[in-house]
Amino acid sequence: MQTSFLDKRGRVFLAVLAGAATLVPLLSLATPAGSALHMPAYLVALFGKYLCFALLALSLDLVWGYCGILSLGHGAFFSLGGYAMGMYLMRQIGPRGVYANPILPDFMVFLNWKELPITWWGFNSFSYAMLMVLLVPGVLAFCFGWFAFRSRVTGVYLSIITQAMTYALLLAFFRNDMGFGGNNGLTDFKDLLGFNIQSDGMRAALFSISAIALGVGYLIARAVTVSKFGKVLIAIRDAESRTRFIGYRVETYKLVVFTLSAMMAGVAGALYVPQVGIINPSEFSPANSIEAVIWVAVGGRGTLVGAALGAVLVNFAKTWFTGALPELWLFALGLLFILVTLFLPKGIVGTLNEITIWPRRNPPQASPHATPAE
Amino acid sequence: MRMTRSIGAALGRAMAGLTRKAFTATLAVGLLGAALAPATVRADAGDDVLAKFATDRFPDTEKAIQDLAASGLATGPAMLDALGANQLYFDPASKSIYFTNAAGELIAARTGAKAEGVAQARLRKVRLNNSVRGAMQAAQGALSLMSPDPAKRLSGAESVFKSRDPASLPAVETALKAEKDTKVRRAFEQARAAVIASDKSQDELNRLEALDVIKERGDQDAASLLSTIAAANDGRVKSSAEDGARAIQSRLALWAHVQNIWYGLSLGSVLLLAAIGLAITFGVMGVINMAHGEMVMLGAYTTFVVQEWIRSHNPALFDYSLFIAIPLAFVFTGFIGVIIERCIIRFLYGRPLETLLATFGLSLMLQQAVRSMFGANNREVGAPAFMSGAFDFGPLAITSGRMWIIVFAITVFVGLLALLRLTPFGLRMRAVTQNRRMASAMGVDTNRVDALAFGLGSGIAGIAGVALSQIDNVSPNLGQSYIIDSFMVVVFGGVGNLWGTLVAALSLGVANKFLEPIAGAVLGKILLLVFIILFIQKRPRGLFALKGRSVEA
Repeated sequence: MQTSFLDKRGRVFLAVLAGAATLVPLLSLATPAGSALHMPAYLVALFGKYLCFALLALSLDLVWGYCGILSLGHGAFFSLGGYAMGMYLMRQIGPRGVYANPILPDFMVFLNWKELPITWWGFNSFSYAMLMVLLVPGVLAFCFGWFAFRSRVTGVYLSIITQAMTYALLLAFFRNDMGFGGNNGLTDFKDLLGFNIQSDGMRAALFSISAIALGVGYLIARAVTVSKFGKVLIAIRDAESRTRFIGYRVETYKLVVFTLSAMMAGVAGALYVPQVGIINPSEFSPANSIEAVIWVAVGGRGTLVGAALGAVLVNFAKTWFTGALPELWLFALGLLFILVTLFLPKGIVGTLNEITIWPRRNPPQASPHATPAE
Repeated sequence: MRMTRSIGAALGRAMAGLTRKAFTATLAVGLLGAALAPATVRADAGDDVLAKFATDRFPDTEKAIQDLAASGLATGPAMLDALGANQLYFDPASKSIYFTNAAGELIAARTGAKAEGVAQARLRKVRLNNSVRGAMQAAQGALSLMSPDPAKRLSGAESVFKSRDPASLPAVETALKAEKDTKVRRAFEQARAAVIASDKSQDELNRLEALDVIKERGDQDAASLLSTIAAANDGRVKSSAEDGARAIQSRLALWAHVQNIWYGLSLGSVLLLAAIGLAITFGVMGVINMAHGEMVMLGAYTTFVVQEWIRSHNPALFDYSLFIAIPLAFVFTGFIGVIIERCIIRFLYGRPLETLLATFGLSLMLQQAVRSMFGANNREVGAPAFMSGAFDFGPLAITSGRMWIIVFAITVFVGLLALLRLTPFGLRMRAVTQNRRMASAMGVDTNRVDALAFGLGSGIAGIAGVALSQIDNVSPNLGQSYIIDSFMVVVFGGVGNLWGTLVAALSLGVANKFLEPIAGAVLGKILLLVFIILFIQKRPRGLFALKGRSVEA
């Protein structure tokens, strides 16, 4: 049974992304500052941030929605990608830091370090840093998954140990001895590939790149999920033991999709850091990872587009609430968690699918909330 | 003894108008003097002793200090204090000595009375260097040996033990003869032994005997003294001191382990308290309750509210505040637990991942609710009298609060075990744990058991909060700091097994405390997390897994 590669939903999604990728830079750069159409730079960065979160949600949907792996550690992959980017940006500061040391970042001079630690070697090269953005989360996910899936740790146990992983990384990055800036993290970035990171042009470019990355991420995820490989993933989600008995190597499938997803999360983090201008250990906090899960749940898991939509909607609500009613934001978020799990288990897009706004060309997918079987 | 003391007291009374400190010193010197020589002789000798201070040469000053200590001059202690503060002066012409007291008045050392009509500009300071300072401290130690205050005598003995100045030996011997307090007496004996053992001019047999006394003392100071002696001597003294130092070191290392185990048990009992309620909800119902930490937090805030009420209504009850808070916290959080189960969780059975999300949302709301009501800052929860204070166990100082928390954790554990084993409710709960559908078929109202089990788990989290309010900051974030640790404990111990939870909590606590000195607190914790992650790979169901087909369902 073959699912068409791009359904109508996917085409709309990509069209919206392409529109945003061209329109936002236009509105930001080509319109005069006073014009009604002008988009201020902070909004560009804000929307860019949403897109990074959307990519993170998409990567999470790939493992949770299609393979039943509820990872509470995707925030860690996101942050690792962010740190790799942050390290490149730190090296770019060069002698413009407070201590004007051409090699060592300020915090190392402050800690009285004499040499660049080995973990920082090579990060002055952009291509090496980008490789690390993919490799570090990828290798961590591979090692973690290799152990976890082979010993058939599933369901809530897997969730809990991914959370433990995030927590361990949080504690580790808080230590000054790790050489990643400790508590303060990495900040005060100056430029990226020679362009000032604060400039309007750079912000617009980063936004467009984020939109493109999200689009590419969607295409990759879509390609994975509609392929035969993707069908096996869904089979694993719905009945892991049966899939194994049929003869599929469940561990391998899980490992591949988990690693791929972690790399996507890493890219999201790498795009996030230059747009917000800081990365610190609090990004590893387990609550962040759980929040990412709720974006996916709100949008609808196992829908890809829904995950991205959920991320944007929830974060938009967060921006609005923390501005207008800061006291109420946690109430609203908490209530959202409860209401969505109780009354909207398929999320927005999943529910829309059911009431057939879009004509159902494809056979219905298996119910997304079937529990992963042992 | 009584007679000498009365002489001292009479002497002290004669010196009317002195400060209290000076009075004590007078008394002490009176004692020393009475033991050494008749009082009249001492007064005449005083002039010679004092004249020796009128010098600019450090070795002379040192000699003068030693003579002063031996002379037992009434103003001796005050002079030494003044010397330490650079306030001791001499008149180069008349060789008389003066010092300024705490009030800034110039006092004549000879009489102890205010010196009138002395031009301070003419006086010169008695200078100090490190060696003089050492002699001064030794002399102060010798003088304080005679203090009527046992604590002062004890510290005097300690300073002699550390200085090992042969000059203070006669004073120690005298003081030892007069001493009645066994603890101080032992300190004097050790001080005497330290002096004799380090003094090469002493007879070897005496020194060996002295070494044995030092070995008996057995603490870090004794060990370092013994190694110093071993390094400076040879022959039998060296070997005896070496053996002693080694024996003490190994004994101290053993005590360090005991201390680590104690701290570990203390941490483990905290983990146990936080995790045991989770073991019920997670173990029995398979519910991942992310709001568990918030139940702990609510329990801690219940304690706060109870104490506030007691403070404003009936302060006499304060020492009983925890006993009032425990049942209240249990009922309050248990009630909230039942409400949560009835309103949210029962719709999500069989969907553990969704339960995780819903309860996480709930935890955010509870945190924010407490933050809105009580503010984001830490709240002060006081400790009743029986929770504060400490006592000695060997070389360890054990704080009562920690000890009672261990006792409390064990009590809660045993109580819960008894509830599960001995009551009809426990029987039903175990039946539901082992095979929900079969239990239901046998007429157990599983809905009711679920609600009560969740209430029980939450209630126990609440009383854990009462205990944790004594050792942690009571803030809206209290629960968050325990939730991950609690999950680790439950998963490590094996879901649905209380003994597993006990073993896991205590062993993780002890392991943490043994790792801390080696790796540091944070790295130690990271290592433990990594260990648990790897352990789960090996035994996905924890240390003590439930066995049987029903578990897999």
